[in-house]
Amino acid sequence: MSVELRELYQEVILDHNRRPRNRGKLEEPTGFAEGHNPLCGDHIKVYLHMDGDRVADVSFEGSGCAISTASASLMTEAIKGKTLDEVEAVFREFQSMVTATGEAEEHPDLGDLEVLGGVREYPVRIKCATLPWHTLKAALKGEEAKVSTE
Amino acid sequence: MATKKTLDVDAIRAEFPILSTLVNGRPLTYLDNGATSQKPNAVIRKTDEYWRETNANIHRGVHYLSQKATRQYDEAREKIQVFLNSRNSKEVIFTAGCTASINLVAQTWGRANLKAGDEILISTMEHHSNIVPWQLIAEQVGAVVRAIPITDSGEIELDAYQGLLSEKTKMVAIVHVSNSLGTINPVAQMIRMAHNVGAKVLVDGAQAGPHLRIDVQALDADFYVLSCHKMYAPTGVGVLYGKQNLLEAMPPYQGGGDMIHTVSIEKTTYAELPFKFEAGTPNIAGVIGLGATIDYLAGVGSELLEREAGLAERLDACFGWMEEREGELLEYGTAVLSDIEGLTITGTAPHKAAILAFTLDCAHPHDIGTILDNEGIAVRTGHHCCMPVMTRFGIPATTRASLGLYNTKEEIDRLAAGVRKVKEMFG
Repeated sequence: MSVELRELYQEVILDHNRRPRNRGKLEEPTGFAEGHNPLCGDHIKVYLHMDGDRVADVSFEGSGCAISTASASLMTEAIKGKTLDEVEAVFREFQSMVTATGEAEEHPDLGDLEVLGGVREYPVRIKCATLPWHTLKAALKGEEAKVSTE
Repeated sequence: MATKKTLDVDAIRAEFPILSTLVNGRPLTYLDNGATSQKPNAVIRKTDEYWRETNANIHRGVHYLSQKATRQYDEAREKIQVFLNSRNSKEVIFTAGCTASINLVAQTWGRANLKAGDEILISTMEHHSNIVPWQLIAEQVGAVVRAIPITDSGEIELDAYQGLLSEKTKMVAIVHVSNSLGTINPVAQMIRMAHNVGAKVLVDGAQAGPHLRIDVQALDADFYVLSCHKMYAPTGVGVLYGKQNLLEAMPPYQGGGDMIHTVSIEKTTYAELPFKFEAGTPNIAGVIGLGATIDYLAGVGSELLEREAGLAERLDACFGWMEEREGELLEYGTAVLSDIEGLTITGTAPHKAAILAFTLDCAHPHDIGTILDNEGIAVRTGHHCCMPVMTRFGIPATTRASLGLYNTKEEIDRLAAGVRKVKEMFG
């Protein structure tokens, strides 16, 4: 098995795929969005409970490959308790890690999320890793939109 | 027609240069023929020769090259006439592909013949290009699209089909060989049933072209469409066969050059068949390449026959051999994959083409595809443009190995070994 493939399917990813964290539905979420990758059929729902501008709770449901499932699971762990600004910063760093070309850089701020860096070697799989994040962004926007209409 | 003589598959493989590619240092195992097939040297050489020695526009120039290109383009049409056994070559329209052919029928025959309340029957196993064009025309004229259900093994429910047929049914659009399940549908019977209520039938032969000897007259198909790049020809070429009286009664599709008889600002008269439906400069190189593909397949038939024979008989021999071989590979592949614990084959109809779609309980098709790719194995993963099929079977996606005339048992063994590696990692 190639080094790149080992890098893609690290033990942390396989573990989050087998036992996803924060999987399930949140009752009466303050933010919710569905994400879909029509190319591969990956489907994800993200539920949010916001407390002011802080993510009090977050969960996901859906069916997808190991990369998207692990990415969603790791995302929920990474953003729980964070403020909107902090979430945005993590999102940006994550995005830049998975789409980076050239030599891999260190991303110590990302914590466990760094294990998803291996997807940059697999361009067709990058969307699998970013789908949960784009869905989260939509869920956060829904929350902001709700706030603004009230 | 089965022939006794057999052929050396290594010699056939040697005619497909891409098959010697190394992927990650391993020999390419190409099992994605349902998406597109590889091309033999004869086709690659012919298209190359076209650009170097023949390129000119057709049906209008008086010069040497134009006449040469025109002759080769028209010869390809004659070959497809034999390939499909249509009555004459006017019934063979070249298009950009299977999707373009279906849209042409939906928008021309459909506009002229469908009205509010009419029904179009498709099946649950259609791929999107035999669903969406019918939804579009149905929306435009107020017709209704209804779906024929399929069984757990992936076969048409013929009783349900009979129940859906009525005097309201005007079109039945049905796939000959399912790309996602492999099922070979009983199209001759389905066409008879449709004709009994006065409905027309379009058969989507995208996956039948590379696997089955097609006879549009024996089927009594009203329309039959081919996707040529799936049958060892270049991309960008499709065929629409239609019964001459239907094609003649249909209004033109796209307007432009080559499809007119005379043009004045007040009134244009249209060209005869088949040109009426071939507006603009067609994919000349692709069509000539398609002609070379038919010759290549006939050449395979010649080797089997070992005597002089006409094109139809040589194609009979080639497809007889292919069907027998692919049948063996399908049986072998089904057995080998079924041995893997946790693997479920999707599509288990008794009458199947060499298409093996499966799911694995421990891994998603996308992950399976990436790990197989690492082993040099090319498969398709996803919904195969058949989202209703995935919904029917309650799965998001499958992994699909689709075989062609150059595939071998050894390659199926590699596939099975690759799937076992996936299980080691995810199980």
